[in-house]
Amino acid sequence: MSLRVKNHIVLDVKDERKTVTITVDGKPVQAKEGEPILSSLLAAGIKINRYTRRFHEPRGLFCAIGQCTDCVMVVNGKPNVRTCVTPVQEGMVVETQDGLEQKGGHK
Amino acid sequence: MILEKDVVVVGAGPAGLAAAIEAAKAGAAVLLVDLNLKAGGQLFKQIHKFFGSRAHYSGTRGYDIGKKLVKEATESQVEIWLQSTAVGVFPGNKVSIERILQNGGKKLYTVHGKTIILATGASENVVRFKGWTRPGVMGAGAAQTMVNVDHVKPGQKIVMLGSGNVGLIVSYQLMQAGCDVVALVEAAPKIGGYAVHAAKIRRAGVPIFTKHTIVEALGDAEGKVSGAVIAEVDEKFQPIPGTEQTIPCDTITLAAGLKPVVELTRLMNCASAFEPVLGGFIPMHNQDMETSVQGIFVAGDATGVEEASVALEEGRIAGVAAAQALGLLSQEDAESQKQFYWNRVNSLRSGPFGEKRLAAKQDVLQCYQEQIHTPQPEVMIGGLASGAD
Repeated sequence: MSLRVKNHIVLDVKDERKTVTITVDGKPVQAKEGEPILSSLLAAGIKINRYTRRFHEPRGLFCAIGQCTDCVMVVNGKPNVRTCVTPVQEGMVVETQDGLEQKGGHK
Repeated sequence: MILEKDVVVVGAGPAGLAAAIEAAKAGAAVLLVDLNLKAGGQLFKQIHKFFGSRAHYSGTRGYDIGKKLVKEATESQVEIWLQSTAVGVFPGNKVSIERILQNGGKKLYTVHGKTIILATGASENVVRFKGWTRPGVMGAGAAQTMVNVDHVKPGQKIVMLGSGNVGLIVSYQLMQAGCDVVALVEAAPKIGGYAVHAAKIRRAGVPIFTKHTIVEALGDAEGKVSGAVIAEVDEKFQPIPGTEQTIPCDTITLAAGLKPVVELTRLMNCASAFEPVLGGFIPMHNQDMETSVQGIFVAGDATGVEEASVALEEGRIAGVAAAQALGLLSQEDAESQKQFYWNRVNSLRSGPFGEKRLAAKQDVLQCYQEQIHTPQPEVMIGGLASGAD
């Protein structure tokens, strides 16, 4: 079930932004162009963005305003991208980060 | 190359916007920088109506106040740089700004401001318990951003820790977005925030656990939050063994207060004071909102966590004072404007919560008077005067 807000008593949540497709860990995910990558992932039920370097513990959304770096992922091959403040673009390739590289990446 | 501005304002929340507007209206060349994609600070996640008098935008929702301020700033010729982070301040009133460009690249600028207004806001406090780093544990403000700005629910079943105004308002707003708030947990014996917000939560039937805290976030096979273990606490806020109970949930939100963001004032060696009621260490300021360092002003939550409407008034005072320091306003004009805004800001500091903040702010002003008296032109770093360059 999608976590997108469909009806709201106060806010106009009608979303006219273009729906685009991004790739997350090799699978296609529908996203709204220009929204933070983190929002697209959350809407698709993906809550783990990275694993810590030493203990490989999962981390996810924590501050949502670009301060805490718990939601960093590998985006278009570049690690440590803060997904909560990086807007979605068509065709983006997003990968769960493990330590400093993508999960299952080259050692 | 160093860019020249009359006023550099850091932070485009209510305080920074108001400061920029006032200075620009007086004729100053103002640069307003903010690291976010949008100006307005946290106003855009505040979908509730404000209280107070009409002068304080009562009955208006936060995001509409944000829109008004951004429009006013643009009309007053304030230059606004977004996705621009002030990464440092240096003696001689120089601000280093890292700006993200249209093509995604970054560029570092140095801007000299004859005056600088730091309106950097506040950040959320965290509470640590076993499992607090699991995906699904987050700041209440983060959850508020997700539902109100991005229109995505952080989860379905929420346990909120903390019953101050943030905890109460965000609980209600999560419900407005369709989430189920399954518990509101508060360590104190009674609810911390305004009764009017608490009443909404009570009417919605949210189970409220006062004198309780979260002792553990449970996880599923992947490590994501699957439940919260809560326990009763004694009068020293320590969990009482044997009182634990488990509440299934997928999200735990932390509303444990905010603390002022003071990195930049610390870099400038602005004298600070410790005021627990205002969120901890804050830069001291005088009636002009000027710090111990000449030409460096502060406003809003960065100098004591209060409310958006207080931040607005403090911003206006700082903006007027900065324009006065630049010789753009006559002393008579400036003093009467500042007095007008001081009356308004102090009228917001009433009631049981406001009075404590008023006392703390008066303490700050008095300590400034006794210990600093007049802002000093030089920045002392490691005992050496490094103001000259």
